[in-house]
Amino acid sequence: MSAAPKMKPKKTKASLRKRRRIYLIVTSMTVLSLATFLVLSAMKEGIQFYKDPSQIVENRPASGQSFRLGGLVVAGSFTKLAGTMNYKFSITDTVEEVKIEYKGLLPDLFREGQGVILEGSLNENNIYIASRVLAKHDENYMPKEVVDSLKKQGVWQHDDESSNENIPNKNAPETIK
Amino acid sequence: MHKFANPARFMRIAKKIVPWSFSLGFICLAIGLYGGLFVAPEDEEMGEAGRIMYVHIPASYMAMAGYIAMGISSVMSVVWKHPLADLTARACAPVGAVFTCLALFTGSLWGKPMWGTYWEWDGRMTSVLFLLFLYLGYMAVWNAMEDRTRAAKIASIVAIVGVINVFVIKFSVEWWYSLHQPASIITSEGSKITMDILWPVLVMIIAYKLFFITIVLWRTQSLIMERKSEKLEGRISALREKGYY
Repeated sequence: MSAAPKMKPKKTKASLRKRRRIYLIVTSMTVLSLATFLVLSAMKEGIQFYKDPSQIVENRPASGQSFRLGGLVVAGSFTKLAGTMNYKFSITDTVEEVKIEYKGLLPDLFREGQGVILEGSLNENNIYIASRVLAKHDENYMPKEVVDSLKKQGVWQHDDESSNENIPNKNAPETIK
Repeated sequence: MHKFANPARFMRIAKKIVPWSFSLGFICLAIGLYGGLFVAPEDEEMGEAGRIMYVHIPASYMAMAGYIAMGISSVMSVVWKHPLADLTARACAPVGAVFTCLALFTGSLWGKPMWGTYWEWDGRMTSVLFLLFLYLGYMAVWNAMEDRTRAAKIASIVAIVGVINVFVIKFSVEWWYSLHQPASIITSEGSKITMDILWPVLVMIIAYKLFFITIVLWRTQSLIMERKSEKLEGRISALREKGYY
């Protein structure tokens, strides 16, 4: 860019135009990014894929109105009605808890302590009737040996201690009649 | 800057780089795939199905990096008005689009057993789908317009504005509640993936990157030649009109 002192008069005019184009790009991109950011933060509610239990306690959706709800399956809350595919469990965001009822297949990753996202609606008794259950994978990836050794050392940060041995849909801990 | 903007010089340098980037990329691909599919231990939760990430993460990464490369070329095209910058930007588009398709496809295959769904309209997935549409739109502009200079201008604007979406993709999992997991590799607390699972991912990223460089250099060379032949054809038909042939 700096290697053309021979054609000085032409160069300055051209470089002025170049500089103007750079300014144009920089300012328009700044304005556009800001606008995008503002629009996206204004639509935040709509873009959120799910609500958490605190949000629905604070601002309860009408009974029967469908929405997605996400949280961690509370350890020890899982029960299965014997001989059926009816499940009851609670989910939490560590502040509030919501009781869930679901009938259907559970995804492989479903276990107590696991993050899940549900589709369904609240009924009059404040129980969330789920029509669909999605499991959420977190950002941690580690082999089984590492998980076991972390557990042995007692520094396993995952939300429950029993995640591996106690896959609820396989062991069906207790049944309710 | 202008040293590399000379098409003949570019062709010479590209011809030197391509065999290296291609063979190194191939070696990395072999190591990465072997390491990922056979050596690395399986993830405690995901099991064997988790190995799809060795294709998915690099593809998603290159889908975004390819778009950034296209955006940078487009900035150069707008500022310096050099046709070579148009050609490199144009060369990036279909390659990036293929990586985006691969990312969407592998992600959806992974999503079914893990999440329980092939597709949901969460922030991450929607913004990546939008990235694919940006690539397609960019290519459509080039194909729809006869006038090369006008096409270059409009396509560059599409490419530059679309760069914002890359940042939306990156931060979509932090800003909003999403189904997709948050960032694993580049986080403030370091990688959330243990090294024995992670290393083939990194090797695969290098492989994809080299593959991208190879294809883009190839495509740019052929676009330069295409442009040359167009010019020659124009000259020949001009001579024909004058009755020289």
